[in-house]
Amino acid sequence: MPAQLLASLTDGLLLGFVYGVAAMGLSLIWGVMHVINLSHGPIIALGMFTTYLIFYNVGLNPYLAILVVAMLGLIFGFLIYGVAVHRVIDAPHLSSLLATFSVNMMIIGAGTAIFTTSPRNIDFSLGSLQIGAVTLASTRLMAALTTVLLAAALYLFLYRTPPGKAIRAVANNRAAAELMGIPSAQVLALAFGLGTMLAAVAGGLISTFFPFTILSGGTYELKSFVICVLGGLGNPLGALIGGLILGVLEGLIPVFLPVSWVPVVEFALFVVILLIRPSGLLGAR
Amino acid sequence: MNAWRQPGLWLTFLIVLAGGLGALLTRNDTLRETMFTTLMFVALASSLNILLGYTGYVSFGHIVFFGLGGYTGFYLLSQRGWPVYMAALAGGLLSALLAGLLGLAIFRLRGAYFALATIGINEAARAFVNNFPPFGGPTGLFVNFAVYKQYGGAAQALWITFTLLWASTLAVLLLSFLIKHSRFGLGLMAIREDEDAAMVMGVKAPAAKTMAFVLSAFFPGVIGTLFFFKNGNVEPGDAFRLHMSIETLVMVMLGGQGTVLGPVVGAVTYERLRSYLLTSSFFKNLHLAFSGLALLLIVLFVPAGVVGWLRTHFARLRGVLE
Repeated sequence: MPAQLLASLTDGLLLGFVYGVAAMGLSLIWGVMHVINLSHGPIIALGMFTTYLIFYNVGLNPYLAILVVAMLGLIFGFLIYGVAVHRVIDAPHLSSLLATFSVNMMIIGAGTAIFTTSPRNIDFSLGSLQIGAVTLASTRLMAALTTVLLAAALYLFLYRTPPGKAIRAVANNRAAAELMGIPSAQVLALAFGLGTMLAAVAGGLISTFFPFTILSGGTYELKSFVICVLGGLGNPLGALIGGLILGVLEGLIPVFLPVSWVPVVEFALFVVILLIRPSGLLGAR
Repeated sequence: MNAWRQPGLWLTFLIVLAGGLGALLTRNDTLRETMFTTLMFVALASSLNILLGYTGYVSFGHIVFFGLGGYTGFYLLSQRGWPVYMAALAGGLLSALLAGLLGLAIFRLRGAYFALATIGINEAARAFVNNFPPFGGPTGLFVNFAVYKQYGGAAQALWITFTLLWASTLAVLLLSFLIKHSRFGLGLMAIREDEDAAMVMGVKAPAAKTMAFVLSAFFPGVIGTLFFFKNGNVEPGDAFRLHMSIETLVMVMLGGQGTVLGPVVGAVTYERLRSYLLTSSFFKNLHLAFSGLALLLIVLFVPAGVVGWLRTHFARLRGVLE
């Protein structure tokens, strides 16, 4: 029992890092422009498929492919912002929710037509590490490592570079930032692009250890909502910690309850936290 | 009340009356199936409009009431042998009760937080039903053929279900109209414009919002029971499709939120568009992408919906289109 507990704990923790990256993307977008990006899931799925296509057609190592995925994710984010989000940025929530959802429908619609919904997987293994009683798949370790690097890079970008500071300024008070000469439209597009980039990278990482279809993103989108609420909406680093909490919960719940109860507990927790502390467990905004 | 003399009510009523009568008089099975889907969309969209259009709260969880109410009704009629109208009523009442309890809690949240909470409720409900043995778990429930005897056979049962749905749809529209023209409705619309100001002016916002939620949740429960009875089975995937919540939102947006006629126009248009896209050989594979594109264009360029647009651009129509 203790060995099993330890194994599922580490498994969950490593997965939690990846959940965290996905949620960071969602949280960043909400924090900067108060838009809930409902196209988050399909973008995660696109990240999976891009990694898959590069791996099988170009033969590139998946971790190098993820660099390409990140670039494409950023550009795709600019595109979505320009086409669908910019016009409704100041409209009531319903408009931005529906605008991003329409992007979701378009991606899923086109994706289903092109890739069908049969499951794919990337046949790539780095072997595994044996530490005491615990066996770790190296792909998951790599994913966790990438995540930590990304979080650190995002932190440095937001706090140390001029564009990062501009993003924070716009998040804080858009009108004031504009008066200081910050081009808010570009900054918002950049923030949206970074958010979709994180989602795409998370998708790429997940594709190295789980099979996926074009619809798989939906699950991770919902998990991202739960995580964002755990960590506080609009707090990207809180999202990473929220991801770890969710990962650990997912590792531990199956030890005590049937696996099918995992989502019940997750979403019940989600609603309860929203009710008691809408700013999130770690939210100190 | 002079509501009965309003052309807006009669116009809306006539559209729905004619649709239902057409199917009932011709006794055409294909027409009935099409009308069933259309009327179901109309009723779902109109009931969502009571919350979304009048109070401005975006709920992604409308389908929870369709699912849970439908499950309850279906359980009562298939496992306990209740007649369908009693089961549908019970399904509706359960949904309303649930909405009342949920409403007391989640209406402390506003805006996007409320929307997120409703997504969570939808997923939690689906996951719960998946694990709830009396409702058959992941495989769901089926109708035993013996149940059809009390209706005089399966074919007759379908026509009874259709008539009940038709009546429920008319009831939703009447309710929607009455709310819009009542003091209560004015309070809701004040909340939509500015909740804090409304509360200062004496609108009891928490109670009013919860009441709107309860009223909007009752009908999905009734309709869910009828829909699953017509299908002969119910399973969690069908009952809690987040997608269907959003389709309902699209219908309300398309027709015009906050109007009585809007959801009817939106639901009928959406249903026609969807079945065209699904059956045409060119669009078949891409129908979802095209629906998405249509939605985006509406949100970006006609946010008030068809009826809202007509009302702003043609002053004369304002007396006729509610």
